[in-house]
Amino acid sequence: MSSQDQAVQSYAPGEHPDLPAPMLTSGPLFWIKENLASSWLNITLTVITALFLFVVIPPLLNWAFLDAVYVAADRNECRELGSGACWAFVSERFTFFVYAFYPSGERWRVDLAFIMLILALVPLLYDKTPYRGYGLIYACLYPFIAYWLLLGGFFGLEEVETHAFGGIMLNMVIGITGIACSLPLGILLALGRQSEMPVVRMLCVVFIEFFRGVPLITILFVASTMLSYFLPPGSEFDLLLRVLIMVTLFSAAYLAEVIRGGLQAIPKGQFEASDSMGLKYWQSMRLIVLPQALKISIPGIVNSFIGLFKDTTLVLIIGLLDLLGLGKSALADAKWTGLSNEIYLSVAVFFFICCFSMSRYSLYLERKLETGHER
Amino acid sequence: MAAVEELAETVASSIDTSGEPIIRISGMHKWYGDFHVLKDINLTVQPRERIVVCGPSGSGKSTMIRCINRLEEHQQGDIVVDGIEMTGNLKNIDAVRSEVGMVFQHFNLFPHMSILDNCTYGPIWVRHMPKREAEERAMHFLERVRIPEQALKFPGQLSGGQQQRVAIARSLCMDPKIMLFDEPTSALDPEMINEVLGTMVELAETEMTMICVTHEMGFARTVADRVIFMDAGQIIEENKPNEFFSNPQHERTQLFLSQILH
Ligand SMILES: Nc1ncnc2c1ncn2[C@@H]1O[C@H](COP(=O)(O)OP(=O)(O)OP(=O)(O)O)[C@@H](O)[C@H]1O
Ligand SMILES: [Mg+2]
Repeated sequence: MSSQDQAVQSYAPGEHPDLPAPMLTSGPLFWIKENLASSWLNITLTVITALFLFVVIPPLLNWAFLDAVYVAADRNECRELGSGACWAFVSERFTFFVYAFYPSGERWRVDLAFIMLILALVPLLYDKTPYRGYGLIYACLYPFIAYWLLLGGFFGLEEVETHAFGGIMLNMVIGITGIACSLPLGILLALGRQSEMPVVRMLCVVFIEFFRGVPLITILFVASTMLSYFLPPGSEFDLLLRVLIMVTLFSAAYLAEVIRGGLQAIPKGQFEASDSMGLKYWQSMRLIVLPQALKISIPGIVNSFIGLFKDTTLVLIIGLLDLLGLGKSALADAKWTGLSNEIYLSVAVFFFICCFSMSRYSLYLERKLETGHER
Repeated sequence: MAAVEELAETVASSIDTSGEPIIRISGMHKWYGDFHVLKDINLTVQPRERIVVCGPSGSGKSTMIRCINRLEEHQQGDIVVDGIEMTGNLKNIDAVRSEVGMVFQHFNLFPHMSILDNCTYGPIWVRHMPKREAEERAMHFLERVRIPEQALKFPGQLSGGQQQRVAIARSLCMDPKIMLFDEPTSALDPEMINEVLGTMVELAETEMTMICVTHEMGFARTVADRVIFMDAGQIIEENKPNEFFSNPQHERTQLFLSQILH
C-alpha cells in the first residue's frame, strides 16, 4: 500500500479510536457507484433504462392522471373534456363491477360479508392479534356466516340466487372459497400420497395426477355441462357450487404436490423423534411435521393461491360473469365505445393489488418464521 | 469418579436378577430386504440395569435398540418390553414408546419449537398433563441437565452438547422407565462429549434402566452393569465391565478392544 496518502499512525494496544470510513465505502455516492455504475456494461444499462423511463413515464402519467376525465356522461363528453383516460366510464360502472346483479336493496349484505371477512383475516394472518383465540373461532365460523349473508333464504334474509353473483364479488367468492378449502384438502392429499396404506396412497396419486393432467377450463366445462349427465335426472345442482368444487379440487391437487415437496424435506430423525415420544400419527403430523413442512412450502403454496385467484377469471368461459366478464360486456355499451384500455387496466389493477398483497404477506410470513430456526 | 464407581457397585449388587425382566428379547431376527442384520438376538434386561452396547460399525447395534421401541420392525422372535409384547398392534406400540425414551446421535430436537416446548409437548399430548405442570417438569429436568437459562431459545441457537442435553431432558420429561441412547456423543466435539457423559452418569445414579450404544469405554467402565459386544448382527459376548475389559473371552472382542483402546 502507498504510505504517502495514508497517515500512518500507531496507537497503544487497545487504544485505537474509531476512524471515519475512507471515501466511497458508504453513503449515497457509494451506493450509486456500486449499483448503477460499477462497470461499463452497468453504466450503459443505467443510461438506457433512464432514457426508457424518461420516454415512457411522462406520457403515461399524462394519459392516466393529468389529462384523464373522471366525471362525464358519455364517451363524447369525455373526449371534449380531456385527451387522456376516460375514468368516468369506470366510475359509472363501479358498483356494477363490484356487485353485478345482486339485488340493489340487499347489497349491504355483500358489504357486511366483506367487512366481516377482513375481521376474520386479521387473527388468521397476524399472530399478535389480541384475543387471537376468539378471533380464530370466529374465522372458522365465518364461512357459514358468509354463506348465510350472501345466499340468505333463512333466518329472515331474503334468498338471492347464485345467478345474481358476478363481478368482483364472484371473483372473491370463488377465490376465497377455493383457497380456504383447497389448503386442508391439499394437505390431506399430500399426507395420503405418503401414506403406508397402499389403497389410500393409490387413490391420492390417481386423484392428483388426474386433476393435474387436465386443464382447468376442461374441468370447468365438465362442471357446467357433463356433470348433469352423471347426476340423477332432476337433481338441480347449482352451477356456482359445481364451479367451486372443481376449482377447489384442481387447486388442491397442485397444493398437494407443493406440500409433498415440503414433507420430503423433513429429516427422517424428526419422524423418529416424534414416534419415539409416543405421539400418535395425527399428533406428530400436526405438531412436528406439518409446521415444518408448510413453512418450507410457503412460497409454493402462495404461488398456487395466486394462480388460483387469477384463474377465477376463467369462469367467463362457462357463462359466469366475473369482473373480467363484466368488463368485457361493458365494452359493448354504445354510449361508451372504444374504452377497452380503461376497462382492462382497471381489471388488471384489481388483480394486481390482490395478488401482490398475497405475495408480500408470504414474504412477511417467511421472514417471521425464519427467526431462530436455522443454525 | 471414584464415588460414582462405588455407587455403581452398590446399585449393581441391588439389582435383582431373578425378578421379572423389563426387557426380554428372545430369538429375534431382522432382515433389511435380503440382508440379515440381526441374527438370533437374546437379551434380558432387569429394571435399573445399565447396559452398554459396543461393537464395530455396521454390526447392528442401532438396529437392535431401535427394535426395542419399534422404530424398526423385527421379523422373527419376541420382544417384550415392560410386559407388553411388541407386535403389529399399534396401541401397544404407542404405549411402549411412551415408556421408552430415546436419545439419538443427531439430537433430533424439533427446530421450530423453543427448548421448553420441545420438552413439554410429549407430556402434554401423550400424557395429557396440564400445561403449567408440564412446564414446571420441563424446567426441573432442564435444571438437572444444567441449561435452564436456555429454555426460551430455539434448538438452532444451542451448541451440540447443549442440544444433546436438551434431548435427554426431553426424554426424561416423559417419565420413561427405560432410556435408550444411540451413540449420543459421537456427533460432538471432545469438550462437549464430557458434558453429555456427565449428564448420563448422573442419570445412571438415579437407577434408570439404560441401554447405551457408545464407544466411550470410560463411561462403560464406570457406569455399566453389563457390557454387550456385537459383531455382524450377533451378540458375541456379554460380561461385567471389569471382566469384559480385563479378560475378553472372544477373539473378535479382543481385536475390537485392542483397536479402540489405543
Ligand atoms: N434402512 C436400512 N436398509 C438397509 N440396510 C440397512 C438399513 N439401516 C441399516 N442397514 C444396514 O444394517 C447394518 C447395521 O446397521 P446399524 O445402523 O444397526 O449399525 P451400527 O452397529 O449401529 O453401526 P454404527 O456404529 O456405524 O452406527 C449395516 O450394515 C447397515 O448398512
Ligand atoms: Mg448406529
